[in-house]
Amino acid sequence: MNITLHILTVTLSGGLLAASALAQNSAPEIKFDSVPNAIQLPAGVYLGEVAGVATNSKGDIFVYTRTGHPTVTIGTMRPFAHGSSRMFQFDRTGKYVREIGKDTYGFMTAAQVRVDPADNIWAVDEMSNMVMKFDPEGRVAMLLGRKAEAEFIPPRTPGGDGAGQPTDLFNRPTDVAWDAGGNIFVADGAGNARIAKFDKDGKFVKSWGKRGTGPGEFANVLSIAVDAQGNVYAGDGGNRRIQVFDNNGVFKTAFSNFGNAQAMCITKGANPVLYVSNSNPWNDIDVAGEIYRMRPDGTVLGKFGRAGRLLKEFGAVNSIDCRSESTLFVGELANLRVQKLVLH
Amino acid sequence: MKRVFISSVALSVLGLAPAFAQRKATIQNVPEIPFTTAPNFLKLPPGEYMGEAVAVATNSKGHVFVFHRSHNNRLFEFDRTGKFVKEIGSGFLGFEFAHSVRVDKDDNIWTVDEGSNMVTKFSPEGKVLMVIGRRPLAVLGVLPVAPQPPNRTAQKYEFCRPTDIGWDPQGNIFISDGYCNNRVVKYDKDGRFVAQAGSEKAGSALGEFNLPHGLQVDLQGNVWVADRTNNRYQVLDNNLKPIREITDVGVGWTVCVSGGPHQYVFFSNSNPNGNMPGTWDITGEIYKAELDGKVLGRFGRPGKAAPGFQVVHMIDCRNPNEIIVGEIESWRAQKLILKAPSGNSGAQ
Repeated sequence: MNITLHILTVTLSGGLLAASALAQNSAPEIKFDSVPNAIQLPAGVYLGEVAGVATNSKGDIFVYTRTGHPTVTIGTMRPFAHGSSRMFQFDRTGKYVREIGKDTYGFMTAAQVRVDPADNIWAVDEMSNMVMKFDPEGRVAMLLGRKAEAEFIPPRTPGGDGAGQPTDLFNRPTDVAWDAGGNIFVADGAGNARIAKFDKDGKFVKSWGKRGTGPGEFANVLSIAVDAQGNVYAGDGGNRRIQVFDNNGVFKTAFSNFGNAQAMCITKGANPVLYVSNSNPWNDIDVAGEIYRMRPDGTVLGKFGRAGRLLKEFGAVNSIDCRSESTLFVGELANLRVQKLVLH
Repeated sequence: MKRVFISSVALSVLGLAPAFAQRKATIQNVPEIPFTTAPNFLKLPPGEYMGEAVAVATNSKGHVFVFHRSHNNRLFEFDRTGKFVKEIGSGFLGFEFAHSVRVDKDDNIWTVDEGSNMVTKFSPEGKVLMVIGRRPLAVLGVLPVAPQPPNRTAQKYEFCRPTDIGWDPQGNIFISDGYCNNRVVKYDKDGRFVAQAGSEKAGSALGEFNLPHGLQVDLQGNVWVADRTNNRYQVLDNNLKPIREITDVGVGWTVCVSGGPHQYVFFSNSNPNGNMPGTWDITGEIYKAELDGKVLGRFGRPGKAAPGFQVVHMIDCRNPNEIIVGEIESWRAQKLILKAPSGNSGAQ
């Protein structure tokens, strides 16, 4: 049914739309497998929505997950909000190692986790509006942003106003990346619609972007990646495109025809590859869900997967780890799990 | 959508369920089924408490699962003798406000939670195998208590305070949804949407619902729905086309279809939360019937002490002669041993 309708659309519509739809459909299917039981949870530990998954140089796996049960307590006429996300570490075989940041002040609604070249673990949280750097031992090493003292329920600016907020505070940040010099780029995000740049010491340098559809504007910024040259790739999910900027935020180019780029990862090395997820909405497994393999110029090399609940199917992928170009980890919101994918 | 801060005053008002009219069952001259009860057959470890025991189910080995509303909502497993085995899902995202637990033919344990809008399939060992629906993100805040916004159009994979679950012999999944949607949804065994009956709107025609509160599927694949606010039960075929309604056994709180090969159905005209003087005199009984609708007998009445019922919310009837009822207001599950009917109750 869907396929028939889709073909009909392509046939009936002219020009660009048909061309881009065809480009998407004609992308070669990449064969792949999902490794069963890629991570093993101890008894009594449950994953919630997996907002982030990332590996370090030893192959250890870090999972930042929305485990639920946010608590609101009342004090001095204000509601204070606590908790509801956790971070777990597993070794390269998937064996549980430990929990990091248990009950920490900034863990509320997990948005992403990434590991930098020095194996520091960076957690992005879209409710505390913080980016938290943990050293490889799991100690807090640097904090960006600040959690609101009291939590207005609902938030004072639900969904954010999309302004290019000129400060070093965030509104629902979604992702973080670094260039070779250690500069920090925060995708900010679902509330604001901008990118914030900090130097390696956490000093706020600049920010660019605001809500809109033009070059350098975003519907939202759902994912971010930086290549070896320091170019910044921003997943502008609501506008269904990736925008590319130089290291100082000057717009270079944009490309589309792969969906919403809810999750993105760029590989290291001389010929980097971009993995981009056209994630299905959490409440529909009958559309989208496939992941694209692309060149950094936007050329689609292939695609794999679809939305669903079985192994090799995806439920709202929010995170991709591509330390290895052929073995990916994906974190799914809707299926509450991590899949380890081997591409053939 | 406008969202406002919920004050603690509003929350405490919300916590009190409104009293509503309870309809006396109109069926006459139903034989009384004598029974004995084992009110304390579940043995809790020292220091553990049961909360509102809204959901109870057994697996093929006779293990008993109770999904109850405690400080946190918890799912306990007991063996057939009532000995505590383990807790499943402690701290799990999908546990906020328990409503149902049922066990499928492969002994997987499914929870329906109306505080998280999530339906979760656990393996017999307690590992999460599948979820349908999503818990709204904390960062999105809460909906106003009043005025309530109109119900959103019902979505394929999104629940609005779902209530119960069942399966046909092929493994298709049926979910009653719920307090704010008013529908029954069918999914295939892999969780893909197939069909729905009803919608986000309440209605009273056949195939429409007003708070579908309980659901079971018989071995023919027919779907039995406790259509609570419509004071009736409905039977739907496997494609969710209505077959008939049952209107003479009181309000449709919950329904249970026993194991085979000869299946019986149980209906509970539970006494409500919020009783007027006299409500206990006309409510609280459970009916046992054939699948063709012939009522065989009735048993039980309201009471704080066993064998009285304090709002039966769910019935397990894998063995139709040895059923387990989960009660809201007395925080317990009772096992009832039913005897052969003993003549006419001459009831109310």
